[in-house]
Amino acid sequence: MSPDFLKLIFGRLTIESLPLHEPIVVGTFAVVATGGLVMLAGLTYLRLWGYLWREWFTSVDHKRIGIMYMILGIVMLLRGFADALMMRLQQALAFGGSEGYLNAHHYDQIFTAHGVIMIFFVAMPLVTGLMNYVVPLQIGARDVSFPFLNNFSFWMTVGGAVLVMASLFIGEFARTGWLAYPPLSNIGYSPDVGVDYYIWGLQVAGVGTTLSGINLICTIVKLRCPGMTMMKMPVFTWTSLCTNVLIVASFPVLTVVLALLTLDRYVGTNFFTNDFGGSPMMYVNLIWIWGHPEVYILVLPAFGIFSEVTSTFSGKRLFGYTSMVYATVVITILSYLVWLHHFFTMGSGASVNSFFGITTMIISIPTGAKMFNWLFTMYRGRIRYELPMLWTIAFMLTFVLGGMTGVLLAVPPADFVLHNSLFLIAHFHNVIIGGVVFGAFAGINYWFPKAFGFKLDPFWGKLSFWFWVTGFYLAFMPLYVLGLMGVTRRLRVFDDPSLQIWFIIAGIGAFLVFLGILSMLMQFAVSFLKREQLKDVTGDPWDARTLEWATSSPPPDYNFAFTPVVHDNDAWWDMKRRGYQRPLTGFKPIHMPSSTGTGIILAGLATAMGFGLIWYIWWLAALSFAGLLVVGIGHTFNYHRDFDIPADDVIRAEDARTKLLAGAK
Amino acid sequence: MSTDTHAAHAGDHHHEDGHAHGTFSTYMLGFVLSVVLTAIPFWLVMSGALPSKQITALVIMAFAVVQIVVHMVYFLHMNTTSENGWTMMALIFTIVMVVIALSGSLWVMSHLNSNMMPMHEMTGMK
Repeated sequence: MSPDFLKLIFGRLTIESLPLHEPIVVGTFAVVATGGLVMLAGLTYLRLWGYLWREWFTSVDHKRIGIMYMILGIVMLLRGFADALMMRLQQALAFGGSEGYLNAHHYDQIFTAHGVIMIFFVAMPLVTGLMNYVVPLQIGARDVSFPFLNNFSFWMTVGGAVLVMASLFIGEFARTGWLAYPPLSNIGYSPDVGVDYYIWGLQVAGVGTTLSGINLICTIVKLRCPGMTMMKMPVFTWTSLCTNVLIVASFPVLTVVLALLTLDRYVGTNFFTNDFGGSPMMYVNLIWIWGHPEVYILVLPAFGIFSEVTSTFSGKRLFGYTSMVYATVVITILSYLVWLHHFFTMGSGASVNSFFGITTMIISIPTGAKMFNWLFTMYRGRIRYELPMLWTIAFMLTFVLGGMTGVLLAVPPADFVLHNSLFLIAHFHNVIIGGVVFGAFAGINYWFPKAFGFKLDPFWGKLSFWFWVTGFYLAFMPLYVLGLMGVTRRLRVFDDPSLQIWFIIAGIGAFLVFLGILSMLMQFAVSFLKREQLKDVTGDPWDARTLEWATSSPPPDYNFAFTPVVHDNDAWWDMKRRGYQRPLTGFKPIHMPSSTGTGIILAGLATAMGFGLIWYIWWLAALSFAGLLVVGIGHTFNYHRDFDIPADDVIRAEDARTKLLAGAK
Repeated sequence: MSTDTHAAHAGDHHHEDGHAHGTFSTYMLGFVLSVVLTAIPFWLVMSGALPSKQITALVIMAFAVVQIVVHMVYFLHMNTTSENGWTMMALIFTIVMVVIALSGSLWVMSHLNSNMMPMHEMTGMK
């Protein structure tokens, strides 16, 4: 066959694109492929495909979609963390003339992939998953505003993750660092597919993120149950609202920046080139207009989780609800006024740098106010040290430390010393792990019994907790030290042998975190096996305060047989105190949205289009784009959008719960 | 689909939102206004009525801003009461964000050479 013909069919994809010369990648592929085959065979053997397709993949139920987001986040955590371990090992080894075990080509891909995966495909799905699951329940709604869109958003996120994962075995990933700054990411310096994987992975996933942001804003604004005014919303719902406002306002910026970079790479425009009037600095400026709000997108829901957990496990109303809400709103606005602190050293003068330095420091005020609110909530409370509370306390200690180093970095002269050093790396892992990751784990442990009807095993949970916390400190405190000594980020080999001991300590810390992750997986497995012992029949295992605990665990498809009516901030606590009686009769049919496979099909086509564009397989890109249009328009002719759950089914489900509750007493 | 699904609780909601709808005369007024607001800039450019190009450009910009407001009021029915004020709130938030991003970017980008070494060969370039 002629090379031209092959090129027409496969674009840039050749047999040499497969990383067969990298033994580490080939080994990983063997393990992943075997594991994948075992899983596929298992699913086939247990005849679970139909069940998965009908009940999960095509489901528009916000609870199912929330759980799928969480699973995606945890699976991608394993990948992202494998990258972290590899980097720690490389840096601990590459001393005294040793090159370590990773070549530069591979190492650069690993640190890029680590950052991209951890932010976009671990932190975002975990946060979005929790919001998806909890918000409609907390506001007494039956689903989100646009259930089909929700399913589509999830699968677009999966599509992006699939593209990024594919880069491990087909071709390569970007070697540019997680924000792909030009001119390095431009076609002249990165002619390979790596940056294209980055671009299309993020663009596909970004559609999902933006749409789910719109969806949740709409849900919170329009679907609150009667009586729930804005200032009676649970704090987690408030932080979710602000986060989604941030998503909708900032993700378009990312989309546009990446689109401009795409034009530079694909059609030879000069937005971000060094010559012909292009300005790489404009890319840095624009991507941080998205990037700074992004970190608040991640951490605000975590703040909400900590608020719920603190007041539940202290047995008290949250201290300073109003100030908590205003602090959240102020953070939302301020997060748009600080982006330049990511590039103080890029050349701006004193007036610009001091403006952005001061706005950055101001953000610590509302954040500090939140911290005091949590402390005062705990003050004189009857604190129960259950797992969610443990994570919350670890967060409060760790996050304050990370916040302090953040304020330090906000001082422009200090930043000139510490910019791009390991001190910065230690700082943002300090706030992202201490804030977002601990928050997600607090949320998982807190809401797991709601989602599955049994609590998570405390022994393995505590083991995981201690491994994570000690591992985190061991892994990142040495990085502060190294950063202060002037070690920059993303280095592969080192000359100064006196630095090695710090990298070895950090490596040990990373290994402890690894044990923490294993313990967490073990916790899930053990809890599943012991589910009868850990069972919760009340629907309210923690004696909690907000509406999601008013329904059964797991909640029925329709969440609430009757829409609750709210009179107080802590709606469920208030209902319990006033002797709320569950209605036992008078059930009516409930109108619900129907499942549809359109979301997964559209996302599959979008992913195929991304793959085609990455490899210059133009026919595939064109075909899948046409497919997107056909399926998208076709879906508008689908009139089977909704159905009624018959009253009999509702009565059956509610009677079953009545029996359970009677048995529990 | 979604609104139907939640008709049950939308009914009890505390607000009487409803979307604002225009009448024939408001649409007509909006149409005439936008035609006028488009015609004047065209006339300004084609006749060269104003002495300098810069002033012309600035005047056109001003007309464009008024045009945006006309479209939002007469065609998008922007007012302070619809949807309980949420649309107005969203609009204000959007404007604040856009102003921050644009003015901030202009300020930052114009400032980026402050701490750079002087580059004489660049002075001729715009």
